Amino acid sequence: MRALTWHGKHDVRVDTVDDPEILNPRDSIIKITATAICGSDLHLYDGYIPTMKSGDILGHEFMGEVVETGPRSTLQRGQKVVVPFTIACGSCFHCGKHQYSACDNGNPADNQDIGRELYGQPMSGLFGYSHMTGGYAGGQAEYVRVPFSDVGPIVVPNEIEDEKVLFLSDILPTGWMAAENAGIEPGDTVAVWGCGPVGLFAVQSAFLMGAARVIAIDHFPHRLELAKKFGAETVNFEDTKTYEALMEMTGGIGPDAVIDAVGLEAHGFFVDNVIDQIKASTFLGTDRIHSIRQAILACRKGGRVSMPAVYGGFVDKFPLGAFMEKGLTLKTGQTHVQHYMPALLNAIIEGKIDTTFLISHTLPLEQAPEGYKMFHDNQNEVTKVVLKPDLAMAAE
Amino acid sequence: MRHDDAPVTTSKQTHPDRALLAETVTINRPAQELYEFWRNPANLLPVMDNIAAIEVIDDTRSRWTVKAPAGREVRWESHVINDVPGKEITWRSAPGADVANSGRIEFRDAGDRGTVVRAVIAYDPPGGTIGQFIAKLFQREPRIQARRDLRRFKQLMETGEIATSSRTAKQLNEEQT
Repeated sequence: MRALTWHGKHDVRVDTVDDPEILNPRDSIIKITATAICGSDLHLYDGYIPTMKSGDILGHEFMGEVVETGPRSTLQRGQKVVVPFTIACGSCFHCGKHQYSACDNGNPADNQDIGRELYGQPMSGLFGYSHMTGGYAGGQAEYVRVPFSDVGPIVVPNEIEDEKVLFLSDILPTGWMAAENAGIEPGDTVAVWGCGPVGLFAVQSAFLMGAARVIAIDHFPHRLELAKKFGAETVNFEDTKTYEALMEMTGGIGPDAVIDAVGLEAHGFFVDNVIDQIKASTFLGTDRIHSIRQAILACRKGGRVSMPAVYGGFVDKFPLGAFMEKGLTLKTGQTHVQHYMPALLNAIIEGKIDTTFLISHTLPLEQAPEGYKMFHDNQNEVTKVVLKPDLAMAAE
Repeated sequence: MRHDDAPVTTSKQTHPDRALLAETVTINRPAQELYEFWRNPANLLPVMDNIAAIEVIDDTRSRWTVKAPAGREVRWESHVINDVPGKEITWRSAPGADVANSGRIEFRDAGDRGTVVRAVIAYDPPGGTIGQFIAKLFQREPRIQARRDLRRFKQLMETGEIATSSRTAKQLNEEQT
């Protein structure tokens, strides 16, 4: 089959590799019909995530048709499914609490050593996202092996377009959980840093959860326009002093809840960010955290901080004093995708949430490397790249 | 205070002549089921990836074979010396073993969370000739080996399978050999 493989920083290629096979009783094989490049794939592309190996197949946002099932899979051939990016067993203590991204068993035993060393306890497996999270082949390919396929994939109606449901795999549940983690109360003002896909879904979700106002912060004009479409007020940090603006816009109180949807590669020419970049390049620190620092300072006293953004390592100058003195609450984590999928699928079918607005480019899988480059180089216009293995054939 | 409440296996005081390690995992299954699985050594082959063969001799004796470097094999006979049904199993290698070892596995009821499984293993610490030999033999530190084996045991008992990120049967075979 053809698959997008990682070979190093800014080096991804479409290679021919062996087709996946059923290896465990609960496996299934999915023929990919649509897969997307995620903002967090750019962290891999930029070489920020350790434990990658040359030849790894990327991609953790994908869907397709069931073509083969193991004896204990509950899926049936021909079903249309969206696959969560978290690989969870459904039987351990954490899965029992619907904390799927903390599943004890999704990550192969030998791969769990790194997570234990780095984080104290290993997390679940993830598709296409380094060997620390299992080393599973991702879905930017023609076919993918899906373990625990009786628990993860959600069956969607055959007649629904892929574009409407594809983002159930990661970014829609991630944006929703971000808003849920913000503990929104009716009448709240919520500030969202980062109007990428997760930030934009967090904006929509925050309003659905009763926020009176959402303030969206970014520096890409097109992304801010999208946030505005969903009713957010916008702050462009290149033109505006963000903290001062937030204080004025909230009557000097600060936002009731803040959401950091930016993560470890924060943009912007700020003193702390430049120092972080120098430290990252010399491995004194690994993550650039300007946005979460600013979010904590802006958040109102006793407010809530939600952090869907991906961080991987250690940070410097985390405003722990502000965090403690103001009595803030922080909630974060990789998304418990399986927990949110059924309700969000219904919201899509009922027309309460729109996901298609996000897709700016659709490319054949063969052009995936170009997709990575354009997403990386032009984040203003390229909001989401969807890859379709069949597209090239259709164009012929 | 001479002793706190922490397990002795987590003590900072080490004994130069004999190392003791323990690894603990909680498995979301009843203690009796886990005990019964472990009581039959033949079941443990897929869980312990450094063991080439486990041959059951009788109810308390089994013969273990480990693949060693340069195509060699190392064997020992293991005897169950204490058996508390549903609770714990203690074993010791018989005299004449290529590598002497002993250990105990405990199954403690943990209510809604299932069973706390604790493996305690005694071995010669690395540094001595025998210790180095063991480390080479097992290809990794015994503690890490035990931790991985317990994770596989947990996966098999909780999910019915052992997680693998291999994509093809060929990759899986290479991983297992």
